[in-house]
Amino acid sequence: MGLTYRDYLREELFPQMWCAGCSHGISLTAVARAMAALKLDPAETVVVTGIGCWGKADDYFKTHSFHGTHGRALSFATGIKVANPRLKVLVLMGDGDGVTIGGNHFIHTARRNIDVTAVITNNFNYGMTGGQYSSSSPEGTISTTSLYGTAEPGFDICELARAAGATYVARTTPYHVTQMDKLLAEAIQHKGFSVVEIISSCPTFFARYNYKVTAVEMMRLFKERAVDRERYDALTAAEKAGCFLTGRLHREEKEDFHTKYARLQQQAKARAEREVV
Amino acid sequence: MAEFKFLQGNEACVEGAVAAGARFFAGYPITPSSEVAQAASVKLPPLGGYYIQMEDEIASMAAIIGASLSGLKSFTATSGPGFSLMQENLGMAIMGEVPCVIINVSRGGPSTGLATKQAQGDVMQSRWGTHGDHAMIVLTPSSVQECFDQTVRAFNLSEKYRCPVIVLTDKTIGHLRERIEVRGPEEIEVIDRKKPDCAPSQYKSCAPDDDGVAPLPSYGDRHLLRINSSMHGEEGFLNDSPANATALVRRLWDKIEKNVSYIGKIEGYRLEGAETVIIAFGIAARAARRAVTLARAGGIRVGLVKLLTLWPFPYAQIREALDPNCRSLLVAELNMGQLVLEVERLFKDKKILRVNKWSGEDILPGEIMAALKEAGC
Repeated sequence: MGLTYRDYLREELFPQMWCAGCSHGISLTAVARAMAALKLDPAETVVVTGIGCWGKADDYFKTHSFHGTHGRALSFATGIKVANPRLKVLVLMGDGDGVTIGGNHFIHTARRNIDVTAVITNNFNYGMTGGQYSSSSPEGTISTTSLYGTAEPGFDICELARAAGATYVARTTPYHVTQMDKLLAEAIQHKGFSVVEIISSCPTFFARYNYKVTAVEMMRLFKERAVDRERYDALTAAEKAGCFLTGRLHREEKEDFHTKYARLQQQAKARAEREVV
Repeated sequence: MAEFKFLQGNEACVEGAVAAGARFFAGYPITPSSEVAQAASVKLPPLGGYYIQMEDEIASMAAIIGASLSGLKSFTATSGPGFSLMQENLGMAIMGEVPCVIINVSRGGPSTGLATKQAQGDVMQSRWGTHGDHAMIVLTPSSVQECFDQTVRAFNLSEKYRCPVIVLTDKTIGHLRERIEVRGPEEIEVIDRKKPDCAPSQYKSCAPDDDGVAPLPSYGDRHLLRINSSMHGEEGFLNDSPANATALVRRLWDKIEKNVSYIGKIEGYRLEGAETVIIAFGIAARAARRAVTLARAGGIRVGLVKLLTLWPFPYAQIREALDPNCRSLLVAELNMGQLVLEVERLFKDKKILRVNKWSGEDILPGEIMAALKEAGC
């Protein structure tokens, strides 16, 4: 169809609504570039979002869209995909939406291996509500609801996804745009539940309170602290804590929910016919 | 072809759903509604449909909303605490204008309350459980046949008005077994959502026709569908202007509340010359009917209005059904008095009597008789 990434975006709504220095704009265009690279038909593509800064992303896409309640995006997406398996379903969630209030739906979508792609921008806090800590905030995080630090460790989203049964798991950062494009395209093409975590900067809250740096310095930090598996494995535990393990972390071929369910429907139909006879 | 079957109310709801064209059920087990899920898990897969057991009622409600937008008529079933968990996404279905059906087999509360016992405590939760101003359609069967018929009607109304519809039954009706006529799709009226007939580029997801309802394509159609739980304009994009909020909430309200004459449904029994009229729904209406028969045999001029639509409250239909001699209304319900509040609000010219019970047991005809006698009827 010869579409470019700009054909998937409503550029008339730009500039985007996010704060100056927020990395969500980079993630937004990366998703659009992945759509263009895969030549997705906008009429067979659904962008599903929940609530939060990244949850505003659906407004910018020229595809089908669903913007719903906080934390439930994967459950809406499950219904959308199961009822029409032809659709490409992209679920855009932040760390609060995706793995905190939506944590239960996240692990169960992974367990079922529903063929949708979760793009989780993880900025380690609730930006939209004013910088409170989330379930991905590292222990000791300073936020507007933890001026004395937090007493709870944060989730490793990729480890959580893999343990729960996701069949494609990757992590990247806004500095590594080429890698982001590649991983997003791979994830969307993958048959089964795929998760791409994008470590993100919230210059308004988390970065300011914890790294005490500007948005530009956050990009340098992403550049310096992102390491691939090989380098990561050679680090000490203390060194690992200051780094982001990036790249494709897990991929396995496994039948997705719909493939199994279609077989179950056939068996049920055959049994029902036998019993009528 | 119609068949006669001996079924539970819960099973009859599934027969009605399938006849109306439902092909997707998502739910979470809870007493006393679990047989709805069980029957759906047996009936739907051989028809190419889907039964999916979700991690909770929040996700169940979300999944039926998603599936409906992909084009499958969808439903769930729950009870008590599960219905409370569904309230968040019930609001989503109202705001996003998503057709879907919720079977709520009510039980005693509050909280986990009386899991295996009877109550009609969700009169107000079914009307006002989700936050914000909204209208709600709630249908109330009082027999196993009506579980079938009202579930069919629930799907039709949800498709016609692009909204969630609740079938509010109760533990006794849900588990009651009766012989019913199960009609096929060709023997019942089946209404399907209206699809857009404009060019895809002209389509706006939330631009209503004259009837206040926007056509609804499915995800995967050429007409791009934008569903939004936040305040949105005609194209489905965020719009929080005061004028838009005022107009959208009004339209969502009016498309239901201005059609009470179509949505509302009551049944009268022995209303001729009735000086006292009992208003009841569900299992309580069965006890009330027996009480009317007994009272009439004893010369007491009593009648019954049975509500098949609880919300929107069919006020005009009730008012019209009452005999000019009617001086008092008796509301019999299995709670501390919820429906009676609406009756008191609207029938200020009548004396209002109450029969209430929240012990987990059903109201008996004799208890209604006693109340009539005590009131001097």
